[in-house]
Amino acid sequence: MGEYFHSVRVVPERCIGRMACLKACPTEAIRVRHGKAEILEDRCIDCGECARACRQNAIVPQTSSFTEFSEFKYTVALVSPVLYGQFRKDVLPNTILAAVRRIGFDDACDVACASEAVSAAIDEHLAGYRGPLPLLSPFCPTIVRLIQARYPSLIDLLIPIDSPMEIAAREVRNRKMKELGLRRDEIGVIYLTPCPAKMVGIKYPPRKAASHIDGAIAISDIYRSLLSALGEMNNSAYEMEEPVTGMGLGWPVLGGQVSSLRAESSLAVGGLGDVERILDEIERGRLGDIQFVECHACAQGCCGGSLMVGDPYVIRGTILSLVARFGKAPCQDRGKIRELYQRRYFSLPGQISSRPFAPLDKDIGKAIEKRKRVQEIHEGLPQINCGACGAPTCLSFAEDVVLGRAQFEDCVVLTARQVRRTADTPSGLASEPQVLAL
Amino acid sequence: MPNEPLFCQRFEIHGRDFVDAGKASITIKGILREIGIHPALIRRAAIASYEAEMNVVLYASKGTMELRITPKDILVSVEDEGPGIPDIELAMQEGYSTASDEIREMGFGAGMGLSNIKKNADAFDIHSVVGKGTTLDIRFRL
Repeated sequence: MGEYFHSVRVVPERCIGRMACLKACPTEAIRVRHGKAEILEDRCIDCGECARACRQNAIVPQTSSFTEFSEFKYTVALVSPVLYGQFRKDVLPNTILAAVRRIGFDDACDVACASEAVSAAIDEHLAGYRGPLPLLSPFCPTIVRLIQARYPSLIDLLIPIDSPMEIAAREVRNRKMKELGLRRDEIGVIYLTPCPAKMVGIKYPPRKAASHIDGAIAISDIYRSLLSALGEMNNSAYEMEEPVTGMGLGWPVLGGQVSSLRAESSLAVGGLGDVERILDEIERGRLGDIQFVECHACAQGCCGGSLMVGDPYVIRGTILSLVARFGKAPCQDRGKIRELYQRRYFSLPGQISSRPFAPLDKDIGKAIEKRKRVQEIHEGLPQINCGACGAPTCLSFAEDVVLGRAQFEDCVVLTARQVRRTADTPSGLASEPQVLAL
Repeated sequence: MPNEPLFCQRFEIHGRDFVDAGKASITIKGILREIGIHPALIRRAAIASYEAEMNVVLYASKGTMELRITPKDILVSVEDEGPGIPDIELAMQEGYSTASDEIREMGFGAGMGLSNIKKNADAFDIHSVVGKGTTLDIRFRL
């Protein structure tokens, strides 16, 4: 592992070089060399789109497996409300929490209630804030990475409040230590994650304060066992339990954070392209009349995470029906949250540093020179962005040539033209007409 | 020759073209990113060039924006064919604006443009001839 820990990894033995990932990557971080995909580490922002696109399962999330947690005396699964959207809408959150316990965790802890607490803390923060606007939600690790790379001037707009999963993890660990008389390191707190990016936030939090979570298991990895556990359970038995409630239930849906806030003017944006457009606007100072912007790398918010099973719209619908049923009753006492906020209970210490994509050269003069050469090479390329060279676009290929990562001859189209020209000359190739069809 | 431009690119700007408005300054931002200019300077240059570009789109019939990079500085020059500014000192004041209601409805014309350019630049020159047009030289030290 180099300077970066990434949410996904290519398994070369499985990669057959079909290049689906190449076009799926929004930051052009993938190259296919010698028939195998590679990730340019400094350009990857951990969105997981490549893993989603690969049909060979050759790009795998760096999430944890169940067995990694066997050394803990006691394990708690942190359940984001996004998991409740994975099953039929009449399956109650409490039943799902029980199913999580049944498949092997000692306990399952709902995160929705912590989400409501975080919403209330954001309300407090916004009410007392007097700096430049809008403030940005810091909860999608891919968006934080995007801001570090391409919008470093917006880093200070990220709200310095910890995520619901971290707050819930800290609380449940302290409670279990007291209840069971266990040491801190004897309890494993494991997040059931809808996307691989959360794993980066757990292993390498951008503010460098240690995470309260020990690992993350992909929802797609436990989905089947949960389904069969649910099949053996009686949903109505859990109707008597105190239900999971609160504004936090809607958090995984795009707009869920916004609708749980009291802020008068806010905005929810999903999908990297749209988020970049909005961040461009913010960088120009155009959205200063908006207080809060909720940003997600996935178009449907966490419902559309690449480790979810099934259609994001269906998942969204299921969550919204749970919100309609249980989301109105608050689960947090506002006065208590205010007091906790003032005691900095939700605060995230530390600074986020910028981590820009590498420029063409460290020396500006040389970088300009190289950029000129990139443009010149690009002019001579077919500009059809076919990807056959292993770079996603002709422009990225031109960059690769200048940076010594590719050879000009790797352009299949130009090479084919060259072959044709040679064949057309009297002394040239006489056969192979199928090459000419290119 | 320390001030020989290492880089020079010119962009056309069309008055009242709100579809392409802002594209030149986005391209400038992209170029500065690619060649590794410090993010804080990129932000200042992006804001200033955007304001200058929007002034052409909002008030002039057409114009050009030129990005020049020398070993010492970044220069953004804007030239437009437009109504010109009769009283530059007044126009530089925050909140002074001649924008029509239509422009204000689109969220522009708050009278912050020129002062915002000046605030973000290391040096700023403006010349204007009423009835002909306006030129801006916006300089950032590297």
